[in-house]
Amino acid sequence: MQSGEMSLSRRLRSGDPIAHTLTGMAASTILAITALLAYHLWVGSAEARETFGWGFITASTWDPVKEVFGALPFIYGTLATSFLALFIAVPVGLGAAIFLAELAPRGASDALTFMIELLAAVPSVVYGLLGLFLMVPFLQSTVVPALVAVLGFLPLFQGRFNGVSVFSAGIVLALMIVPFIVSVSREVLLAVPQDQREAALALGATRWETTWKVVVPYAMRGIFGSVFLALARALGETMAVTMVIGNKPQISSSILEPGYSIAAVIANEFAEAGGMHQQAIIELGLVLFVLTVLINGVARLFILSMKGGAK
Amino acid sequence: MTDNLDTMSPRQAREPEAQQSVTPGNPSGGAPYSKSTIKLSAEHLNFYYGDFQALHDVNLSVHEKQITALIGPSGCGKSTFLRTINRISETIRHTRVEGLITLEGSDILKMDVTSLRRRVGMVFQRPNPFPKSIYDNVAYGVRVNGIDKGKSLDEIVEQSLKRAALWEEVKDKLQQSALALSGGQQQRLCIARALAVDPEVLLLDEPCSALDPIATAKIEDLLFALKSQCTIVIVTHNMQQAARTADDTGFFLLGKLIEFDRTEVMFRKPSQKQTEDYITGRFG
Amino acid sequence: MNLSFRRKAVNAVMLTLTGVCTVLVAGSLLVILGYLAWNGLASLNVEFFTKLPTPPGEMGGGMANAILGSAKVLLVAMLIGVPIGFMAAVYLAEFGSGSFSGVVRYATDLLNGVPSIVIGIFAYAIIVLPMRHPSTFAGGVALGIMMIPIALRTTEEFLRAVPVSLREGAMALGASRSRTIFTVVIPAAKSGILSGLMLNLARVAGETAPLLFTTLGNPFWSVGWMQPTATLPQMIFTYAISPYDDWRRQAWAAGFVLLVLVLTVNAAARFTIGRTSARGRS
Repeated sequence: MQSGEMSLSRRLRSGDPIAHTLTGMAASTILAITALLAYHLWVGSAEARETFGWGFITASTWDPVKEVFGALPFIYGTLATSFLALFIAVPVGLGAAIFLAELAPRGASDALTFMIELLAAVPSVVYGLLGLFLMVPFLQSTVVPALVAVLGFLPLFQGRFNGVSVFSAGIVLALMIVPFIVSVSREVLLAVPQDQREAALALGATRWETTWKVVVPYAMRGIFGSVFLALARALGETMAVTMVIGNKPQISSSILEPGYSIAAVIANEFAEAGGMHQQAIIELGLVLFVLTVLINGVARLFILSMKGGAK
Repeated sequence: MTDNLDTMSPRQAREPEAQQSVTPGNPSGGAPYSKSTIKLSAEHLNFYYGDFQALHDVNLSVHEKQITALIGPSGCGKSTFLRTINRISETIRHTRVEGLITLEGSDILKMDVTSLRRRVGMVFQRPNPFPKSIYDNVAYGVRVNGIDKGKSLDEIVEQSLKRAALWEEVKDKLQQSALALSGGQQQRLCIARALAVDPEVLLLDEPCSALDPIATAKIEDLLFALKSQCTIVIVTHNMQQAARTADDTGFFLLGKLIEFDRTEVMFRKPSQKQTEDYITGRFG
Repeated sequence: MNLSFRRKAVNAVMLTLTGVCTVLVAGSLLVILGYLAWNGLASLNVEFFTKLPTPPGEMGGGMANAILGSAKVLLVAMLIGVPIGFMAAVYLAEFGSGSFSGVVRYATDLLNGVPSIVIGIFAYAIIVLPMRHPSTFAGGVALGIMMIPIALRTTEEFLRAVPVSLREGAMALGASRSRTIFTVVIPAAKSGILSGLMLNLARVAGETAPLLFTTLGNPFWSVGWMQPTATLPQMIFTYAISPYDDWRRQAWAAGFVLLVLVLTVNAAARFTIGRTSARGRS
């Protein structure tokens, strides 16, 4: 293809091999960083993994003094807060997405989406600040008493509510992840071909029936993808959670009790941890890493299959 | 082989120009057929997009300082053929060329491709000016190839715009964005841009297909004026355009060159039936 | 008739609910901004920007060192993350093909999904540990790593959006591949790439978790690049969870400043590329 007669100096002047190499090196650097990261997590937790084995994930005692480390309370806290967040954010987010995609006029829809997407830009620590001083008092004074009055018989809502809790963290997380659900779901809903809606309406379906029974199912894979993306984010959230969850390594059936998440305990204890304690924390980091990689992978599959499939 | 083509200007590399005169048998005023030298030739040219063969055993010769038109229905290989001449087809993956294409006797596949493209310019179907100023568009090829010795960039830009019959319209707004021009003006700008590097051959791939009749007429006039300085190969969908402007015409069908001859001969007494059918509109 | 009435009622109720959801979500932004402004503005004064922090109990003081610290860390992050992400994007968009590119893309997506606290652990392991002390540089490395995937994604997106006809036009004039890329393609994509950079910076500017063990904190001015430093998000965190009213007051002010900065840059970047409506691709 290319002429073999070009002199070396000419080729260098044209810059192609240099540019190819330099940019290729940058691409390789990314591979190296990712590999190195996984490596450090693996190696840095080696002793802890050897000592505790799979018991690390099932044990629930976390005692830096006695050097007994079990990750279960943190895994519980991470999963409980994240799923609580999803429980709230998915219906609300999907509802908003439906409104923005199907009902709102384009101009208003764009403006409102712009605002909602800005929510995603608010730093985690600011959410924590507001959570701690605005949300938690509000929950204490208004929401939780009402909740307990109505649903207090459930084991979920037992015990005293002191503000910082799994519940509070779940609510703050919900607010943090709802923009992702709205944004992605709105896009996939907008991408559903207009003739699908027209076919349903022509059969006499109401707007809601069309949306719920035709449009949303069509976009379902993309919506699932957005949910998994949001979940992955929630799992890794650190600052806002650590400020409102109570930072108590315990497992309780009541979400009004304080708890602890993986990211939060890493944030609070890593700086001063040494020896086995540090190893255990790095192992927690490894667990979190694997968890988010898996969930992100699932999300990708959903979104990719949406783009490839439905047309 | 050293790059001695780089140190000579393209003009010096050309043979001395043949005598030109307007004679009754030669109304377009180009050099008389029999004395005209061959600028470009293709021999047994085959071209593949992956497994698909787009050109089959094409043989033709383009004469210097003439306008050669390539006609034929859509998708029959004329643009593909054009794009092999300046090797721009190489930017697409999985393409393969077999056979020989020569520029003044030298195999183009063995040449340095950037030198080749300096000598053989191209104007595309849709105007594609860069999102830069008019001046920077015309100057781009010159800056890249570093040609000018003894001429200033300003002079080259002005000259090229004049050759492209655009100078009067833009001379006061050279720093304006090229994208602000009309379609016809943009296409003439692309011609000026291609001319700025002083090519020996100019390839035009359906240059007027996106333009209105007035813009088209301007460009056709332009080509007449240019051919005394530059060999022109033009792919066109428009048979009347070929009949109007070209000295030689080639008819492509399904990747094969069916017939190639003087334009008058092609249009009045074609020797192949397929040519006659196409020209008389039996298919298109 | 009953059925029809029920269906219509359901229709009205559900559609209204979706509107309520939208108001809830969009309204939260306004509540957040409003509350922060209310509490933050009241505590904001010139001292905040010019003075060093004072011990609890001593009134006054500010976060000048944290503001500078954040700026320094972001500068390092930008110098590390942007060139790598940018160049890799050029590779993927212009030179790459086949499995290597696929692997790079996957690694980038992976890196993007890693929680920021884990990146902090990584930066600690490769910079703080060997150097035996926290530093601005370590924080910059952590944030820089976080900037890479986004820089790559936005750059690649805008490079790919440049039409093939422009590239062909340049190459037909004799420009080499790399010449075409650097003199035609990248300039054509530059406004998109720039706004992507702004979004990237805004996102990373608010990150606290990776700084907790890399820059740590510093009650004084941090000199040079190799000392621990205070940063705005870290101060917000430290002050917010403290029991001192004065410190909490300052946390509000800092939160407000940080939010205004981040949202302004964000809104400006998005506005310039008109992201909310359907993106035009050629």
